[in-house]
Amino acid sequence: MLKQISSVQQLIDIATQKDVPISQLILEYEQYVSDTNAETVLNHTRHILKTMYSAIEEGIHSKERSHTGLSGGDAYLYDKKGSLLEGVAAKALVNAIAASETNGRMGKIAACPTAGASGVTPGALFATADKLGKTHEDLVYPLLTASGIGVVINHRAFLAGALGGCQAEVGSAAAMTAGAIVELAGGSPRQVGQAAALAMKNLLGLPCDPVAGLVEVPCVKRNGMGALVALAAADLALAGVESTIPVDEVIDTMAKIGKDMPIGLKETATGGLAITPTALSLTEKILGS
Amino acid sequence: MSVSIFEIIGPVMIGPSSSHTAGAVRIGSLARRILGQTPEWANITLYGSFKATYRGHGTDKALTAGLLGMRPDDERIRGALALAEREGLKLNWILSDTEVEHANTARIQLGAKDKTITVQGSSLGGGRVAITSIDDFPVYVTGQAHTLITCHDDRPGMVAKVAQILANNQLNVGALNLSRRSKGDLALMVVETDEAIPATVKEELLSVPLVHRLVSIPFEMDW
Repeated sequence: MLKQISSVQQLIDIATQKDVPISQLILEYEQYVSDTNAETVLNHTRHILKTMYSAIEEGIHSKERSHTGLSGGDAYLYDKKGSLLEGVAAKALVNAIAASETNGRMGKIAACPTAGASGVTPGALFATADKLGKTHEDLVYPLLTASGIGVVINHRAFLAGALGGCQAEVGSAAAMTAGAIVELAGGSPRQVGQAAALAMKNLLGLPCDPVAGLVEVPCVKRNGMGALVALAAADLALAGVESTIPVDEVIDTMAKIGKDMPIGLKETATGGLAITPTALSLTEKILGS
Repeated sequence: MSVSIFEIIGPVMIGPSSSHTAGAVRIGSLARRILGQTPEWANITLYGSFKATYRGHGTDKALTAGLLGMRPDDERIRGALALAEREGLKLNWILSDTEVEHANTARIQLGAKDKTITVQGSSLGGGRVAITSIDDFPVYVTGQAHTLITCHDDRPGMVAKVAQILANNQLNVGALNLSRRSKGDLALMVVETDEAIPATVKEELLSVPLVHRLVSIPFEMDW
């Protein structure tokens, strides 16, 4: 049994050797860490999934703006008017924005890995389940795989915008989700790792620069885009496309870029989009009142 | 250290921020549990990013919700300030420009009847928190393990007596931290155990001479 998880490669190697999905290893790992049984872990994971789904449902039907007025209503709009994307991509985009808007309205969500990035995983995962004719119960094990990738990122890098910018939040969420989608679609442990690498590579360097320091702009839409990246990365990996840079090296790179990133781009609202003229005037309006 | 997957996926919480909202609920909740009862009043000082963004993140509502005994996923968090008023919890908010070590920090002086305590806590990201001082004793209480806090006279053998009772009851100590204000004065001990502390053990610990107060904070998933 795994008592510590320090690399995605370790998960791939053991899962491949035992001929089990990565989620099986994570289920055993969590039983050890939390000193509990499989059913408790699975039930808690179901509880998280249920919360994720209701966050989407709540968000997609609401035109209500958040308390600050900075976000809300875009999922509703896109659900009605979106025309270029279709199928699973359109659904992932709208789901992710919806869940993220629910978060902005002080609704109930499941942090994954944070509240700020809590739209990505539900967004892409439930859309893929629809596409593949899977039930919500089928998502329980893939979500465990996502969490396992998150454990590695937490170990080798970080999962907080304040420490590594948005690449550590939406970037991590996309990597976790891409891996989960691959497992849901029946891909191999190796493909899970490839998908995580491809997703994270394309969000490296993303700063955390929220307007007025609040989890709304640009966070809500970045969740939507993050879900699309996760979906694309999973689709590439399932087709056999591989990342030239292995997944653990990509995660280490995320850590290094996060450390090199100026403090103004790490959730302090003193850099990036947060200091544009528009953002500053919004900030004064919201925080000054 | 091995991290639970539910620190990565989860907590289930009221948005919008795991550090400014869920973490704030937990700081309030720990303050309430350290006091040992629902507070009747609280003076809450916000520092750093808590001070700057508390309105947009609902940090004030979240801290209040925690003081009222709610968890991060409680739908009543949004209305916590009104609920506090109805339940007779008097709140006084102070915004401080003083620089603190961690960006998301709150200092809460709270009381009920003749009991008053002051705790300071920080939100560390992802909903994880740490109480870093209790009545100006430096501590590190995270709520992520079964936690026992004793306040006792600083005399030889006090740690041994507490440890012996835990050992006699097959309770394994995972972490232990001791602090005091000055030699021979009061001391505060924080003990994390692998198992929950049964009520009988609490009584036994409280009957040790020179142990003045005891707080037990059992760990629960999604607390």
